[in-house]
Parts: sequence; C-alpha cells; structure tokens
Amino acid sequence: MPVLAAANLRLDAHAIDYVLLAFYFVLVLGIGYLARKQVSSSIDFFLSGRSLPAWVTGLAFISANLGAIEVMGMSANGAQYGLPTAHYFWIGAIPAMLFLGVVMMPFYYGSKVRSVPEFMRRRFGTGAHLTNGISFALAQILIAGANLYLLASVVNLLLGWPIWVSIVIAAVIVLAYTALGGLSAAIYNEVLQFFVIVAALVPLTIVGLYKVGGWDGLVDKVTGGPGGAAQLDSWPGNQLTGFTDNFLSVLGLVFGLGFVLSFGYWTTNFVEVQRAMASKSMSAAQRTPIIGAFPKMLIPFIVIIPGMIAAVTVTELQGENKQALIDGGSAPSGATFNDALLLLMRDLLPNGVLGVAIAGLLASFMAGMAANLSSFNTVFTYDIWQAYIKKDKPDGYYLKMGRWVTAGATILAIGTAAIASQYSNLMDYLQQLFSFFNAPLFATFILGMFWKRMTPAAAWIGLLSGTASAIVVFLLAETGVWDLPGQGASFIGAGAAFVVDIVVSVAVSTVSKPREAAELTGLVYSLTPRESLKRSTTGEDAGWYRNPGLLAGIVLVITIALNIAF
Amino acid sequence: MASESPARMRRAGAFDIRLIISLLTGVYGVVLTIMGIAFTDDAELEKAAGVNINLWAGIGLLVFTALMVLWAVVRPIRVPVSEGDETPAG
Repeated sequence: MPVLAAANLRLDAHAIDYVLLAFYFVLVLGIGYLARKQVSSSIDFFLSGRSLPAWVTGLAFISANLGAIEVMGMSANGAQYGLPTAHYFWIGAIPAMLFLGVVMMPFYYGSKVRSVPEFMRRRFGTGAHLTNGISFALAQILIAGANLYLLASVVNLLLGWPIWVSIVIAAVIVLAYTALGGLSAAIYNEVLQFFVIVAALVPLTIVGLYKVGGWDGLVDKVTGGPGGAAQLDSWPGNQLTGFTDNFLSVLGLVFGLGFVLSFGYWTTNFVEVQRAMASKSMSAAQRTPIIGAFPKMLIPFIVIIPGMIAAVTVTELQGENKQALIDGGSAPSGATFNDALLLLMRDLLPNGVLGVAIAGLLASFMAGMAANLSSFNTVFTYDIWQAYIKKDKPDGYYLKMGRWVTAGATILAIGTAAIASQYSNLMDYLQQLFSFFNAPLFATFILGMFWKRMTPAAAWIGLLSGTASAIVVFLLAETGVWDLPGQGASFIGAGAAFVVDIVVSVAVSTVSKPREAAELTGLVYSLTPRESLKRSTTGEDAGWYRNPGLLAGIVLVITIALNIAF
Repeated sequence: MASESPARMRRAGAFDIRLIISLLTGVYGVVLTIMGIAFTDDAELEKAAGVNINLWAGIGLLVFTALMVLWAVVRPIRVPVSEGDETPAG
C-alpha cells in the first residue's frame, strides 16, 4: 500500500477544476441511470446480457486493471527503476492477454459459463470451485476497500477533504451506478474512465518532456542521476528484479513475470475475464483482450515516463532524495516514489488541465472499485448463493439478490477501508496472501483444459500445494533465509507455485478417478466438438480486421519492436 | 423504452457510449481551449515549461471529439430485432 508522505502535495485547485470534476461525476451517474433501462434479467445485470461490442469490452478490459493503484504504482516504479518498468506491460501482460483471446476464450465463452469459478465447478466439481470462488470473493472486497481508502487519502492530500467524507461519497456514487446498471454501467464507466485518464496523462507527459528538454534531455538527466543509464533500457532490468546476474534477471522476467505471474492474473482473474464474457459473440469475446492489448502497449509511455521525469525534476525526488529512496532509505524531503505523479502534476499543470487530471485520478480509483464490486456480486450470487444456498429460485430473485449483494459489498468495503486506514501493513500481507491463491490457478486451468485425465481431487490438492509453496518461498525471502531482493522473490514464488501445482496435479491424477468424458464436453480441448470453438465470420464478425489471430499477430510484432527499440 | 417485449429483444447499446464520451471530451475541450486563450497568465505558462497546455489539450480534445462523433454518425448502433436476425455489415 503506497504511503503518501508528508511532502506538500496540496494542489491549488480552483473553481474551474471543481466544475470539470463535477461534470465527470454527473456523467458517471447518468450512465448508471441509462444502463438501468437495459437490465431485465440476471444475465443483463451480471454479464451485460452478453451484448457489448468488442471495442467497448476491450477498453474496459484494460481499464478495469488501470486503477489508480496501477497508475500511481507504475509511475512510482518508473521513478525508481526507469524503463524496465515497461516489462509489467509488455512481457507482463501482452503475451497473456493474447493467449487468453486466442486459446482460452473459446472455452470460457463457448461453454456459456457465467464466471471463472463456474468453469472450475463444471470441470472439477466442488472442492476446487469453493477454493477459487471464496478466495476470489474475499480478495475483491479487500481490494475494493484498499481502493476506497487510497482514494480518500489522495483526495485528502490533494484537496484537503476529510478522509471519511471522501470514503462515503465515493462509495455511494459507485454503489449507485453499479446497483442500478450492473455490469453495463461498470463497463461503460470504465471506457469513459479510460479516455479521462489518457486526457490527463498525455498533457502531463508532453509538458514534462518540454520541461526536461525533450527525450534527449531526459536521457541526459537520468544517465547523470542515481540509477544511471541502466534505467533507459528495458533489458536486462537488474535493478527491477534484484538479480545482479544479467542472465538470471532475464530469466526471472521471462518465466516469473512474463509467464507465471501474468498468465495467472490475466487469464484466470474473473475481474478481467468477465469483461470479455459480456461481449456479444465468440469473435468479439476473443477480440476483447486483443483489442485491449493495443492501448496496453502504449500506456507505459504516459505512465512510466512521467515517473522518470518526476524523479529528475521534482525538487523533493531528485538527486540525493532519489539516491536515498533507491537505497531503501527515506528521502530527506520526506517524499516517496508513490508521490511522483502527484508531485509532477502539482509542479507542471495549470488550472483547467489540473481539473482533468484530478478527475482522471478519482475516476481510476472509482472504476477500480466498481470492477471489484461487479465481479464480486456475480461470483457471490451465482457461485456461492445460487450454487450452494438457494438453488432453484426464479431469475428475478437472483437479479434482486445481485443488487442487495452490491449494497452489502459496498458496506463491507467501507469496513475494509477502515481497517486499511488503521493497519496498512496488515492489508499488505492480506493482499499478498490472496496473490498466493492466484499463482497456481493458471497451472490448474491450463492442465484441466488440455488434459482430460486430470481429476477433481488433483485440482484442489494441486491448488493447495501450489499456494503453499508460494507461501514457503515468500517466508524464506521475508525472514532472510534466502536472500532475494527486489521483485525477485515474487517471481520465484510464482514459478515455484506453478511447477509444484503441475507436478502434484499429474501425480494425484494418476491415482484418482477422472470425471466421465460426457461431463467434460466444451470444457476440455480433446472432448469438445471443433464446431463449438469456432467463431462466426459473417455479419458484424466479418473482415480481416476482426480476425483475432491476425490482430494478435500484429500486437506481437509491435511489442517485439518496442522491446528492441527501448 | 418502458415496454420490454417478451421476445427477448436486445436493447444493448440503445444508448451510445460514444456520444457520452464525446459529450465529456467536448465539454472539457471547450473549457480548456477558452482557458488557454483567455485565462492563462504568464505565471501559469512559466509553470508548464512555456507550453500553453490548456490550449493544446483543449484543441486535442476537440479533434478527438469530432472523430468520435463522426464514428458514431457513420456507423450508428443497430439493434437486432430478434435473435438470429443478421444485420448486414457495411
């Protein structure tokens, strides 16, 4: 959890900035009101009636992840590590997003499941389903609370409003539009949020680059400052991984970040997959993450570069301050890298654009929280309530239920926000804990999709032992038994979880009983008729520019070019 | 809008998100452009490294708005009347 330090972050916001901010919130609520008219069944509420066009779900797909934690955190990493941070986008997201679109989406969309845990349930039965469903639901409430608290503390620092006022106002606004319009309202607002964030960050980057004397000026200043020229090349990224050996660093990035961590997150996290499930056809669902990959490739330039600029121009962050922070100490000025974006905004933006920037930041906090709520209420209603508690009610019951669950989740999120404000370390550890559940999920999914022999017992035993091995690596690194500085520990932990999950799952599968082949149609590659994995190529799915495979190829080529260039 | 026909008529996208985005960026664009022309003093110019960022961001937003509206006008949303009813592309 970013600690926003005592540095003077108060922005000089004028009436015009508040007007721009208020106008944004009017539109946000307006979208909730308009989206409500489209909700007449539980599928409308939880999955937007599977009716949205691919560009909308594609932008929502990355926007749900482009919360303020991400924006501020990645510009902080940019300030600290420089360009290697781009790996979180290029190698840490793009390949997994393409894989989701091309390989996994046909199973998710084709099997007509309504959530990722539901896929788990149909493939592996109760044990793995409950592990996945409950850990996911708890994690969402936790993250929603963390978003809420961060929003309030940023508003407190920037504008001077009391923390509790912002928490309650933000929670009420998010609740209003997600309870009214369901997933559609959340998704439409994510799309709107995407454009506001871009409108906020592009001017900041441009002015920042003018300030340091263009790209050459930035190169000179970063080379001359702490961290040095290594911050200007994305490879091998030793400062980021914490490995001194170049080869190990590259290996850690490719296997740990690029393969296990990112595939685990992007392909099995329901917050993301839900956006693709809301699209209107198989082809659109496949295109969702691939269309999202186009902006995802370019976002580093408007997030990381402002961070780098802040670290060499902002008084509180440059020179000895940057050196002290890189060494793991605290800066004489009291600022931290997490303040980088806010300090740069304070230094560079005049009133007017400043209002847009504040709107963009608040928008990203709220959209992040709405994404957590809308995926939580789906999993809770379909996967816990309908699956185990009240089974055979009419559809209207679950629709009403969904609205109440949203309200309940909001209240819980206010509660977790309160915990976060008191015990920020505890929240860090809890989030860490839930990331352990994610680490082995991808292994279980991919094995389950392509190996029909894999058994239900193997699924939950594999998940648990994978999680356990990630925790062991974490504890070894934390207690200093195994010396892994930087991000190296989480890369190795995720890698261990993946390998252990695969090994244990295969071992257990050989001695336990698999499910009947007939039950696995549509869920396992070899047992699914090719027809049901096909996308239509007529009507609104026609044309080469709507071909998921081709689009994925284009993204891949551009990403490789970016890696060579930077 | 009020009467939802029982034939599972899909009203998705009956309101066009592109127009709402255009409304937001359009208003922001107009406000920033005016700020840039009339209300940005030398101190603020100095702050932003000599760039009149309000003006340029405003113009950028207006251009974006125009493109978004153009897209919405050229390719309006078609609401399928019933399931299986193919709307011709183009």
